[in-house]
Amino acid sequence: MRKRSLDPFPWLLFSAGGVAAALVLPVLLVLLALAFPLGWLDPPSYQDMHGLLRNPLTMLVLFGVFTLSLFHWAHRFRYTLYDGLQIQHLNRLLAAVCYGGALAGTVIAAYLLVRVR
Amino acid sequence: MSVSPPYREYHPRWYRPRMSTWWWLGRRSYVAFILREISSVFVAWTVVFLLRFIYAVGSGPDSYAGFLDWADTPWVVALNVVTLAFVLYHAVTWFQLTPKAVAVRLRGRPVPDAGIVASVYAGWIVVSAFVAWLILRG
Amino acid sequence: MADQITLEVTRYRPEREAAPTVQSYAVPVREEWTILDGLNYVKDRLDGSVSYRWSCRMGICGSCGMTVNGDPKLTCATFLTDYLPGPVRVEPLRNFPVVRDLVVELSDFMRKLQTVKPWIVRDDEKPIDDGEFLQTPQEMDEYKRYSMCINCMLCYSACPVYGLDPDFIGPAAVALAQRYNLDSRDQGAADRLDVLNQHDGLWSCTFVGECTRACPKDVDPAGAIQRYKLTAAMESLKAFLLPRGSR
Repeated sequence: MRKRSLDPFPWLLFSAGGVAAALVLPVLLVLLALAFPLGWLDPPSYQDMHGLLRNPLTMLVLFGVFTLSLFHWAHRFRYTLYDGLQIQHLNRLLAAVCYGGALAGTVIAAYLLVRVR
Repeated sequence: MSVSPPYREYHPRWYRPRMSTWWWLGRRSYVAFILREISSVFVAWTVVFLLRFIYAVGSGPDSYAGFLDWADTPWVVALNVVTLAFVLYHAVTWFQLTPKAVAVRLRGRPVPDAGIVASVYAGWIVVSAFVAWLILRG
Repeated sequence: MADQITLEVTRYRPEREAAPTVQSYAVPVREEWTILDGLNYVKDRLDGSVSYRWSCRMGICGSCGMTVNGDPKLTCATFLTDYLPGPVRVEPLRNFPVVRDLVVELSDFMRKLQTVKPWIVRDDEKPIDDGEFLQTPQEMDEYKRYSMCINCMLCYSACPVYGLDPDFIGPAAVALAQRYNLDSRDQGAADRLDVLNQHDGLWSCTFVGECTRACPKDVDPAGAIQRYKLTAAMESLKAFLLPRGSR
């Protein structure tokens, strides 16, 4: 029996991240990156926004979406560089940079979310 | 076969060209594929942008207003317009490919691809509407 | 309708050249003629030295795959009239070593097909006296699509991942594995999973989707691979989470 590969696990994270990113990020971008800054819609007051983000459920869901989206990026970007630039010999370095970056982002996300309280 | 045939000495030289670094420009479908993969960079930027927003809210009302002003600067708006385009491209291609990965059966019959795509889009609309309502209800 | 079309055929004679060249031939256009008919005309009337593979000339043997104007095609199923006024570039199938002219080296593909155990694997052999296996039409529909593969290798030619990394087991091999995994008579899914649940097996695939586009028999290898990724990932998760004894 050949050694079991570790590939399925990053792929599962990538898939979950793809779903999370596709479902949640567009509406957040439209509101927070365009509608509110450009004045198309009135942004909620600070109290309302703060109240919404302090909710533990919100924090949990956002943490999940951020983490999964970052790992989605890490896996996909790693393979894009691997295939697109044909740098297979840098495979380990690439994996470390991509997944490491996603992990760092996850830690930062956790810190910033908790900090809102 | 244990005995090697006598003609082994002459082996024709195979031609094996190496794939060019620009292989992905060769076909429209390859370009579309690479753009789809690059959308992941914009997904990552969206997370960074949203974390910037979270940081602002965590720092008080002045930071919150400051964030909205910063998000209004021309280069940020331009970047985010491009980002939204790529994130939508990611979503659309993702939903298009979802039926390929999941084979669903309903009452013993396989659900056609169009049915799966329709339900995923419906889910997308529901989630987006719910999130928008949460943020806008005040 | 024009009466002639030019075929720009790749020539490669390793005994006298280091790299392929192109030679043009003017071929008559008949309404029902395919690229293969054009090549046969060249070989019969114009230049007998052109080397290429073909057999059934009706899209079932999988021998005549070549790159026509940049696309992987079965030359017996590609009509000259679709390429008027021409010229038409006829090159050997991409991503494979070229042996001579339009002939490519197949042994990598043949070897890979064998590795996925493309036969019914049983834990318990059914004695002849017990009769045949029975299968409902629904059970056959599960795998029927993947059984349509004619081993023409157009999917390997279309797949950029295979071009970049020849160790990738490739679309047809995975579709073939799924043909047996999803067959109700088969009990060998675990064996095949061992072979395919590797970096060069399933996981090199990044779902470009070109293999399905190129397939002349509508096998949908991309769909086979994605479904198999989910199955393999679930199996890996189970193996990881559940202790050996309870599996």
